[in-house]
Amino acid sequence: MTHTIIDVALARQFGLSEAEYAKVLEIMGRVPSLTELGIFSVMWSEHCSYKSSRVWLKTLPTTAPWVIHGPGENAGVVDIGEGLAAIFKMESHNHPSFIEPFQGAATGVGGILRDVFTMGARPIANMNALRFGDPRLPVTKRVVDGVVRGIGGYGNCVGVPTVGGETNFHPSYNGNPLVNAMTVGIAAQDRIFLSAAAGIGNPVVYVGSKTGRDGIHGATMASAEFGADSEEKRPTVQVGDPFIEKLLIEACLELMATDAIVAIQDMGAAGLTSSSVEMAGKGGVGIELDLDAVPQRETGMSAYEMMLSESQERMLMVLRPDRADMAAAIFEKWDLDFAVIGHITDTGRIIVRHQGRVEADIALDPLAEAAPLYHRPYELTPRPAPLGAVPDPVGLGPALLTLIGSPDLCSRAWIWDQYDATVGGQTVKRPGAADAAIVRIEGSQRALAMTTDCTPRYCLADPEAGGAQAVAEAWRNITATGAKPLAITDNMNFGNPEKPVVMGQFVGAIKGMSAACRALDFPVVSGNVSLYNETEGQSILPTPAIGAIGVIEDAARAVGLALQPGLDLVVIGATTGELGQSLWLREVCGRQDGAPPLVDLAAERRHGDFVRRLIEQGKIAACHDVADGGLLVAVAEMALAGMTGAHLFPSAEGAKFWFGEDQSRYVLAVPHAAPVLAEAAQAGIPAAHIGSAGSSRLTLPDGNSISLNEIKASHEAFFAEWFA
Amino acid sequence: MLRAGIVMFPGINRERDIAIALTRSFGQKPVMLWHKDPSIEGIDLVVVPGGFSFGDYLRCGAMAAQSPIMRAVAAHAARGGYVLGVCNGFQILTEAGLLPGALLRNAGLRFLSMDCQLKVARADTAFTSHYQQNEVFRAPLAHGDGNYTASPDVLDRLEGENLVAFRYEGENPNGSARAIAGIYSPNLRVMGLMPHPENLVDPLMGGTDGKALFDSLAAAST
Repeated sequence: MTHTIIDVALARQFGLSEAEYAKVLEIMGRVPSLTELGIFSVMWSEHCSYKSSRVWLKTLPTTAPWVIHGPGENAGVVDIGEGLAAIFKMESHNHPSFIEPFQGAATGVGGILRDVFTMGARPIANMNALRFGDPRLPVTKRVVDGVVRGIGGYGNCVGVPTVGGETNFHPSYNGNPLVNAMTVGIAAQDRIFLSAAAGIGNPVVYVGSKTGRDGIHGATMASAEFGADSEEKRPTVQVGDPFIEKLLIEACLELMATDAIVAIQDMGAAGLTSSSVEMAGKGGVGIELDLDAVPQRETGMSAYEMMLSESQERMLMVLRPDRADMAAAIFEKWDLDFAVIGHITDTGRIIVRHQGRVEADIALDPLAEAAPLYHRPYELTPRPAPLGAVPDPVGLGPALLTLIGSPDLCSRAWIWDQYDATVGGQTVKRPGAADAAIVRIEGSQRALAMTTDCTPRYCLADPEAGGAQAVAEAWRNITATGAKPLAITDNMNFGNPEKPVVMGQFVGAIKGMSAACRALDFPVVSGNVSLYNETEGQSILPTPAIGAIGVIEDAARAVGLALQPGLDLVVIGATTGELGQSLWLREVCGRQDGAPPLVDLAAERRHGDFVRRLIEQGKIAACHDVADGGLLVAVAEMALAGMTGAHLFPSAEGAKFWFGEDQSRYVLAVPHAAPVLAEAAQAGIPAAHIGSAGSSRLTLPDGNSISLNEIKASHEAFFAEWFA
Repeated sequence: MLRAGIVMFPGINRERDIAIALTRSFGQKPVMLWHKDPSIEGIDLVVVPGGFSFGDYLRCGAMAAQSPIMRAVAAHAARGGYVLGVCNGFQILTEAGLLPGALLRNAGLRFLSMDCQLKVARADTAFTSHYQQNEVFRAPLAHGDGNYTASPDVLDRLEGENLVAFRYEGENPNGSARAIAGIYSPNLRVMGLMPHPENLVDPLMGGTDGKALFDSLAAAST
């Protein structure tokens, strides 16, 4: 490595543009060393610098009275009452998950867990939003199997319950599956740990796994498109060790109960480089590292390799000097490496020494401030023409069976059954039991509701409408359990931002999300951007995945979606029959066109606040939002959850009404419809009594009926047959 | 009242769940025991919880079975003390030779997290006195290696000596021999099972089917 010639060609290999390399030369006033070039290239990668997205991310609303820390920290922090805070974030591990699905997904879970516990929170739940390619392709089956095993393998071992998420299939993800992992943790509000380094002379301490050569330049890989050679990138995928992570969680939380830690940050993308640069940069101090002290798994590692390694399960801390011995004893108890690898300085520079030589010496301010920032040209997607009249080719019953058995709507039990959902003993609503998972806070009556949502096909057709819909649906899912929605984390998965159409999708989605966040008082407190999700020029569907949390003061009040016999079914919200971009249109008619439904944000809020109030008053036995597949699918899902049939009143309405995907709607199961209808009328909210629950069949509005067992068989067939 | 202690190995992750269940039934918190402790002085009931001790990178439970504390647990069992092993704890007890047989990969070769139905084989032990014989109750399970196996002789002996604790009722989720979900030592003082009754002790979590096991232990005497 010592003979490597540092020039613009190498800079390009490292992912820097010619202009960016020129800026490096200007900042350094000389040709950088290999290590320095490596540091610049990862810090200025899309993944670390958000250079294409930053100007737009700044337009998102990020504040509310209950927001304690918004974007900029390792994760978002919100006040959930009783002096407690929820700390949460969602992050992508898309590129590694295609190259090596098991390890890619596993380390995605590990990384997001560290982002949360690094702030002092005990992780209480994991979720994941997954998008896979065409299920008819063998590669999709391999990726699904590996990703699910990877998520389970990591989450189950660390003992954090995986309580929900979402899974979609679309050919645009054939070469670019999306693995977005979310962790939610709980901390005392006065015990939250930040990453800004302070205290000249304070020791910089490395804890966790040893550093190896895995994952070198992972952040750069995550900032480029895939070609046919992406299989060859396997060496850049990291390998996870959930056992070490579990020890790290326990050891860090034990240390966090003391006053030893000044600042702490996990070593995620770009490992030692980004953690040290960001900690020193945020604190406005300098940092000196002695790489000889770094615990190493392999021999003969260079400074470049150590600074760029993305070995997993590592943390960097700045400690009070008088507490270093006590801290060392805690890590020794947990059999984890603990090494003082440097100290904080007042120079404003990062200086990296290795084997007696200075391998890097960079002023931190310009590294951060001169980081590229692009106002990429963008082309907004025009809203498609509305769908004209569509003839119904099959009728209600056959369409329902097709929809409920389709890959996007079928039972996800095959996936959930591989995730430990009960460890911790606080899971009130497990996957599939309610529109959002409900996890109680140990020792409290309070619980958190959490969900992930996005409808990428809407986002492709109309990014702005789709962005708003993703936020609104997350808000609706939290509301449908009775919880108060608090805040979101956004995981923006898009194609190549250098293409104006893709950048336009990003801009449109942000605009829609912003509007919805403002209207619903639902700020963005953390997030992650994953661009260049393209393989051989084919971009994924724009996928702004939203992870959301809410709080419910009395966990016993949370409602699920299971029907029980004797209840009346009431639909809240107006149905005009929006079939544009609907699943009925795609799965039954074989068409993917028209305009997706728009969300009337004022109505969304009114309807949701109304439903939540009824749940708080104990007037609702079950509740389900109406989403993919429309009203009839929603009723069927409630019936399946409770294995209780329903009788829908005869009606002349056809597919448009029953499968339209109009927004801001809920199906309520209540003891008596009349008082609910009266309250709705008084509040000016559209409501209709559509049937009642009971029997073992679903009687359709056209007079036909289907046995629940037949619906169940269709619902459960897809995964069972695929992985038979 | 028995004095309960929970053994903590690195990688164990259901110690809090067990502590919650024990506290609920016993009215007092259990003692937490660290795997490097050589002594379990004063403990009447040793509980080995679920998780992935030492990562389970070797055979499940094999590393933990060699820990210093397990010698003390074996001595405790030899003196007729109570021991409960759940999930990884059950695996550890078989690896330590405190219970016969072994837990293999689930027959379907996948980790399974779901509810199962358990049938109480006998209701006259310290672990099951608050159940009825042949009662069927619900319990969550969450494991990749829960497929109980032993030689035909051992299985015959377990059945002949009435040492089966629980059987899977209906679906046998992991392929366990003779649908065995849990077993006793010959003196009925050591019990291991794969499912997690500790995760169903609160109506809020969907039921209290598992509570009777901890209530039984709370009523047991040394």
